[in-house]
Amino acid sequence: MSNPTSTYEIVVVGAGPGGYAAAFMAADLGKKTALVDASKQPGGVCLQRGCIPSKALLHFAKIIREARDAAEHGLVFGEPTLDLDKIRAFKNKVIGNLCGGLEGLCKSRGIDYINARASFENSTQLSLDNGTTLGFSHAIVATGSRPVIPKAFDLGDPRIMDSTAALELADIPGNLLIVGGGYIGLEMGTVYSALGSKVTVVEMLDGILMGADRDLVVPLKKRLDKEFEAILVKTKVAKMEPRPEGIAVTLENEEGSKTLLFDKVLISTGRRPNHESIGLEKTRVVVTPKGFIEVDNKGRTSDPNILAIGDIAGEPMLAHKASREARVAVEALCGHPAEFDNLCIPAVVFTDPEVAWCGITETQALAEKRDVQVIKFPWAASGRAQSLGRTDGLTKVIYETGTERILGVGIVGDTAGEMIAEGALAIENALVAGDIGGTIHAHPTLSETFMETAEMLHGNATHIFRKKKA
Amino acid sequence: MKEVILPELGEGIAGGDIINVLVKTGDTISEGQTLCEIETDKAVVEIPSPASGTVGEVRIKKGEQAKVGSVILTLESTGAATPAASPAPTPTPSPQPAAAPTTPPPAAPAARQELPTPKTEIATPRKAGSPPKSVPAGPATRRFARELGINLSEVIGSASGGRIVIEDVKRHVRELTSRQHSFAAPGTPAPAPLPDFSKYGPIDIQPLPSLRRKIAEQMALAWQIPMVTHYDEADITDLDAFRRRFAARVKDLGGVLTVTSFALQAVADALLEFPHFNASLDLAHGTVIYKNYIHIGVAVDTESGLIVPVIRDVNKKSLKELCHELAQLSQKARDRKVTVEELRGGTFAISNLGGVGGTGFTPLVNPPQVAILGLARGAIRPVWRNNAFEPRLMLPICLSYDHRLIDGADAARFTRRVVLGLEEFAGKLL
Repeated sequence: MSNPTSTYEIVVVGAGPGGYAAAFMAADLGKKTALVDASKQPGGVCLQRGCIPSKALLHFAKIIREARDAAEHGLVFGEPTLDLDKIRAFKNKVIGNLCGGLEGLCKSRGIDYINARASFENSTQLSLDNGTTLGFSHAIVATGSRPVIPKAFDLGDPRIMDSTAALELADIPGNLLIVGGGYIGLEMGTVYSALGSKVTVVEMLDGILMGADRDLVVPLKKRLDKEFEAILVKTKVAKMEPRPEGIAVTLENEEGSKTLLFDKVLISTGRRPNHESIGLEKTRVVVTPKGFIEVDNKGRTSDPNILAIGDIAGEPMLAHKASREARVAVEALCGHPAEFDNLCIPAVVFTDPEVAWCGITETQALAEKRDVQVIKFPWAASGRAQSLGRTDGLTKVIYETGTERILGVGIVGDTAGEMIAEGALAIENALVAGDIGGTIHAHPTLSETFMETAEMLHGNATHIFRKKKA
Repeated sequence: MKEVILPELGEGIAGGDIINVLVKTGDTISEGQTLCEIETDKAVVEIPSPASGTVGEVRIKKGEQAKVGSVILTLESTGAATPAASPAPTPTPSPQPAAAPTTPPPAAPAARQELPTPKTEIATPRKAGSPPKSVPAGPATRRFARELGINLSEVIGSASGGRIVIEDVKRHVRELTSRQHSFAAPGTPAPAPLPDFSKYGPIDIQPLPSLRRKIAEQMALAWQIPMVTHYDEADITDLDAFRRRFAARVKDLGGVLTVTSFALQAVADALLEFPHFNASLDLAHGTVIYKNYIHIGVAVDTESGLIVPVIRDVNKKSLKELCHELAQLSQKARDRKVTVEELRGGTFAISNLGGVGGTGFTPLVNPPQVAILGLARGAIRPVWRNNAFEPRLMLPICLSYDHRLIDGADAARFTRRVVLGLEEFAGKLL
């Protein structure tokens, strides 16, 4: 093996929210660091083809829907007109700002950002597709994941999209089929339906958002039933055939099969970790059958020189899990007492209403026969929800019986994604009902609903009355 | 060949210092023969052999520490002398992991080195989003505990719902440290590092024996008590005359007639009158525990240090019985033969330094007791009696008491009652 072109103490492979957080931490702890990514700018899927662009588009979708909702209460704007070029430009500007900001942060921290595809030669060297090699004391694999289109649907037709293509917003199809009722499918459906597409969702399982408790999905389902053309559960896509006039899709369920024509199809059936073609086989890293790198709670792999974080290191594939893992892995590597010992990783679905949860779910508590008390505060009793015209919400807290410790929080409703932070804080810090009930929550805000679950647990919530059992 | 292990020595005793090894390799020993003597923090214990046989390898040395369950020596049984069913439980502490039944029995220990070294440590892959069935503590606290190497499940949380905060971890560490430095009472800072004394002249460093360590710990604990010492004097002229007259007779009966025996009686009577001197303070539960029995510890000066055997039900025993028991227990203490049980359960204590000297001292209350009586050396003094100075034998007595439970006036009354008991001892004989 030839001498490496340059040598670093830490090389991070992949510049998503895991990778850049790791590189930043490493540089902050005084390590000579390089950050390698196939994209021109750091940011990864999250910034460039995921969380951020989808939220930019969801923002427009929300404005459109709120304008429509306002019309029901007497504020009429009329039908919106769309300038797709400008919308795309806004989205791209958001991406550009953030990626540019990261680039600047790399520079000011003295990190070498290398725009190249990297592959391990062994446990101490990476070869880059620009012909150079990098030597490292430690490498952190943060190559992330990508959307997967099952082979049967991978027909080479641009009208069959994955989430990346859908975010490009090439046009607004008249009819859009979304295959997969998970959070990506529902978020993209929310965007396209607001922008004018007739959206049909097809899901194999018997419900949408199967990771969440059913009662949290009910208000969302109710709204989507109105906005979407159809949500078909327990339904399979048997066949997909590109025709000049559209994609003919054969759907099968208990009632039989039918073939429908769609202008476009979005496949959002899942994501797969990017473990291939990065030379992992030349290292001692162990890859699981599902393609994840095996790590411990400090991000260490079976190769003493290589760490892994983020989507490549296991479920759930979420940016905020990756960035926490990044900081832990680098700190632990530098001898600090860090460990990924987190009790909860919040999950947020940015639909309308939003669905968010963290810690134990009610379903899980039930399955594990945990001794808990589940308290639900319906938003109809919230002044803030009423004034927003958004009483389609529910705040649910799962308390441990006896200690009254908060084990799980689930919220559906407007801004549930922002509200879940308090739940995560409570769970991670082992707070009990009295802590939440005894904390003043600003009025009128939706956050009060969280406080009132604690009061309900003690049988004396201000805005809910229940006759005490004798 | 069997391994003889150090058996249980008593409740809460983990081991001790080996002060004597009485057998050596090749010795033929019989069942019950003493193998060694071990000094625990309570007493010296003789370890008998569980079986007869020939001593193989002796694994202990004088001056070392031995833990309960550790191997003392190996023993080769002599033919039929001890059948397979040995009465002593000797669980052989096998160094091999339990899950290795495939290894053929004759495998040499060296074979262990050939086992492939495991790859780099890799913890079990964690489950994402696993339910928080964990110790209640926030991330900063967990990190702090990790930094100090503290197992959070051993820390008691003070916040709502038993939540552990950083202060709790600090308190836990302080407690651990004070347990290690046994001289520091809980809550006190660790002792400052010592200077290098050898710079100033030759020194000799000796290990601190178990008994001394225990005394140090107990005294540090005692020092925490807000205590006061009250002084008084008893005229024991008559008592001493009586004592001299009957000392020989009591000695013939195997007892010893000393001031301490009279003091035991006087104190027992006083305790019956002042039950809160025979009590313990339970601040954790906000209670005072009154004991309906009077067990008095008597401090005995031995070569290895202070030992306090306890005489039970003092109020129910005659002077003769007390003299007898006191003689027995003191001798046992000096021979370090006193059992752990004989050291426990005291409700009050007496320390008599009269035989050594001194005009007064401040004994330390031995918690959880709340008072202790000290006797100094009696001396002839001119005492104004019947319109003249008379030479009287006056005994200085000092009572230290826990001021949290006992007030000064009560202490004075109690002491007066003891003085009266000594001066009017004859009344007791009626």
